[in-house]
Amino acid sequence: MDLRPGLKKPQGGDCPLVGGVPVATHAPGSLKQTCVNDAFVKFSGIQKTYDGETLVVKNLNLDIAQGEFLTMLGPSGSGKTTTLMMLAGFEVPTQGSILLGGRSIGGMPPHKRDIGMVFQNYALFPHMTVEENLAFPLKVRKLGKPEIEVRVKRALDMVRLGVQSKRRPGQLSGGQQQRVALARALVFEPNLVLMDEPLGALDKQLREEMQLEIKHIHDNLGITVVYVTHDQGEALTMSDRIAVFNDGVIQQLATPAELYERPQNPFVAQFIGENNRLNGKVIALNGTTCTVEIPGAGNVQALAVNVEMVGRPTVLSLRPERVKLNPTPGSLPNVFSARVAEVIYLGDHVRVRMSVGGRDDFVVKLSNSEGVAHVEPGAAMTVGWRAEDCRALAAS
Amino acid sequence: MATMATTAVQTSSVGVPLRITLQRVERRRKLRAFGLVLPLLLFIVIAFVMPIGRMMFDAVHDDTLLVLMPKTTAALSVWDGKDLPDESAYAALAGDLKEAWSQKTAGRIGERMNYELSGVASEVKSSARKASMLSAGPYKAAMIDISSIWGQREVWSLLKRGRSAYTAFYLLRSADFQYGPESQIVASPPENAIFRDIFLRTLGISIGVTAATLLLGFPLAYLLATLPARTSNLLMMAILTSFFTSVLVRTTAWVVLLQDHGLINETLMALHILSQPAELIFNRFGTVLAMTHIQLPFTLLPIYSVMKSISPSHVRAARSLGAGPFYAFWKVYFPQTLPGIAAGCLLTFILCLGYYITPALVGGPGDMMVSNFVATYTNEQLNWGMASALGAILLTATLLLYFVFNKLVGLDQIRMG
Ligand SMILES: Nc1ncnc2c1ncn2[C@@H]1O[C@H](COP(=O)(O)OP(=O)(O)O)[C@@H](O)[C@H]1O
Ligand SMILES: [Mg+2]
Repeated sequence: MDLRPGLKKPQGGDCPLVGGVPVATHAPGSLKQTCVNDAFVKFSGIQKTYDGETLVVKNLNLDIAQGEFLTMLGPSGSGKTTTLMMLAGFEVPTQGSILLGGRSIGGMPPHKRDIGMVFQNYALFPHMTVEENLAFPLKVRKLGKPEIEVRVKRALDMVRLGVQSKRRPGQLSGGQQQRVALARALVFEPNLVLMDEPLGALDKQLREEMQLEIKHIHDNLGITVVYVTHDQGEALTMSDRIAVFNDGVIQQLATPAELYERPQNPFVAQFIGENNRLNGKVIALNGTTCTVEIPGAGNVQALAVNVEMVGRPTVLSLRPERVKLNPTPGSLPNVFSARVAEVIYLGDHVRVRMSVGGRDDFVVKLSNSEGVAHVEPGAAMTVGWRAEDCRALAAS
Repeated sequence: MATMATTAVQTSSVGVPLRITLQRVERRRKLRAFGLVLPLLLFIVIAFVMPIGRMMFDAVHDDTLLVLMPKTTAALSVWDGKDLPDESAYAALAGDLKEAWSQKTAGRIGERMNYELSGVASEVKSSARKASMLSAGPYKAAMIDISSIWGQREVWSLLKRGRSAYTAFYLLRSADFQYGPESQIVASPPENAIFRDIFLRTLGISIGVTAATLLLGFPLAYLLATLPARTSNLLMMAILTSFFTSVLVRTTAWVVLLQDHGLINETLMALHILSQPAELIFNRFGTVLAMTHIQLPFTLLPIYSVMKSISPSHVRAARSLGAGPFYAFWKVYFPQTLPGIAAGCLLTFILCLGYYITPALVGGPGDMMVSNFVATYTNEQLNWGMASALGAILLTATLLLYFVFNKLVGLDQIRMG
């Protein structure tokens, strides 16, 4: 199972050793940003344009720690693949530098970088068997035959594909091809593995299975993984940290929980999880909270995340599952009357679309355990939420 | 219910067994499909299968002597071939020749006999004329007196072989063999033994042209497949423009360029690089050059279309796995182009085997290929037997190569695009 017994993932979230001395320690689960001084991968001031007119990547600064699982998440066309390709050496940054293990890899050709890579369509060599595909990076490195055999077998066992070793990629299912691609990217024991939407072509069940499998392999080998996806669920499941990309810019870089609980701007709030957006204007700032006037609805108490001054437009972000139906009067600062417009039954939960304050796209998620029988289209009721659950973000 | 469904015969709603209903539907569908391909089928049968079948037949079938000299060939069935035949055969010969003279078929008989024994044509004709004036026998001495050829055993052997409407003569001649005086198979004398050389030459030129188109076409196809769309479209246009120009025009263009006082020689001499014109045309060089030019797109296009379908991520993957640019190309990219190379080369090779117009226009006498001889036999000498035999051998060799190729490479591996 263990491809590289010599290199264990740093335990308990330790920072990588620099010169044998731990640089900093912090509690598990806390941000790894604290040890970015010694980043394993460091993008600084990266810009990229293909046509000389539009910037596909705009001033990217990103530090990735050794052993980290970092995901670049963003809609299609946001520059994720381009960023990955610059790290792999297939695209040249228009400006800025990339450091790998402290060394600039500016002019280094891809084959000297020792970076494993899993491509979206797997890029398995169709004219070679599974075994030959896996032996390819080892042959290039001029390893001896017995050594190659041992390593190929170990890698195949790791992805549970031992019996298929003599087949061609075309004779394998999508999931098996995916495993081969993964094994091939790992078999030469790179310290850094890049994956560009590796699970994009798989069905949902297989995808979820593979997510866990990749996660376990990462944990066992202690490799650094830079993972690209446009699927937020996948990013939340697997990552240590997520960099949310949009339009060539990192919108927010944080742990999955942080990203979901505390989105820093409307894009992130909208992209990660479901979200009610309420546009309004700040009319009062009082410390960590603020009062926002929503036209047609009234005033809302909200957490002031990034609103600078009174009078500015703002977007309130409210998660549907944080909304309470018919709260006890006086228990919540924000209570509004609402009318049920639509009820969608989803098994474990029920989505209720309501009209609140003249808008009818207000969504509430109710757990199926809460006795939702009384919620029927046309029913009038009140909805309420806490000020902390409603985040006032700068309108973009 | 479940057991009922499996044991009882399933019937559709109107009570007809399901199997019959299905058959009816299928039959209608098949008939319609057949109707659609019927015109093509007829066309292929009339324009392709029948002429080729006829050609293969003509390569071994020749009843000239059997039809035009029926008495002689019948009389010779008892001849043992050791000495000259007896009086009855000579009487039959005189009768046949008289008949031939009056029917004006003596020329054809002479020509047919001349194929196998050169020089006898005029003797046969004059014999027929003289025989028509013979009144009564004995004929043996009279005929030998008319022409000494009737005293030669090989002439009688030839007539005896004429008893059968089928002959291996044309095929034998195409492989540089012929019949000896006792109808035994012997090697052709040097002046007739030209065909093995011609076949080998055809093979050699075809291989050379195929190799040249591959060497030139592969890098070009790679360029086309990897360049940005706008540039590659432009290049493709350039290639296709020459592809769309008629073969005749392109071949004559080479004549203009390469002849002694053509563009290239004049330029080289004006620059004092040459003192007298180089022989660039009407030789093997000119033939291969012009054929390569014409065949280039045939080799290139299948390679190009296969290259187009190779994902660039394969080479990238190889690079990320540690392979240098050349190693990645050689081990990952090149093997995937093999189906295209096989298709392109096979296409060019087979087309080259049948080349006619280009060697005729830009080749010398030593560059004539099999098709040129087929053309000469059909158009000038009207020797259909030889034309058919050469054609049949060429066709058989091509099919043979095709099947060997299929065994080695596998046609399912070939991709035209
Ligand atoms: N090779 C290229 N040439 C020109 N434009 C490109 C190229 N690759 C990507 N782009 C453009 O760059 C932008 C970002 O693409 P990409 O990095 O692939 O995004 P993502 O992977 O996030 O979907 C897109 O607008 C895309 O059209
Ligand atoms: Mg992408």
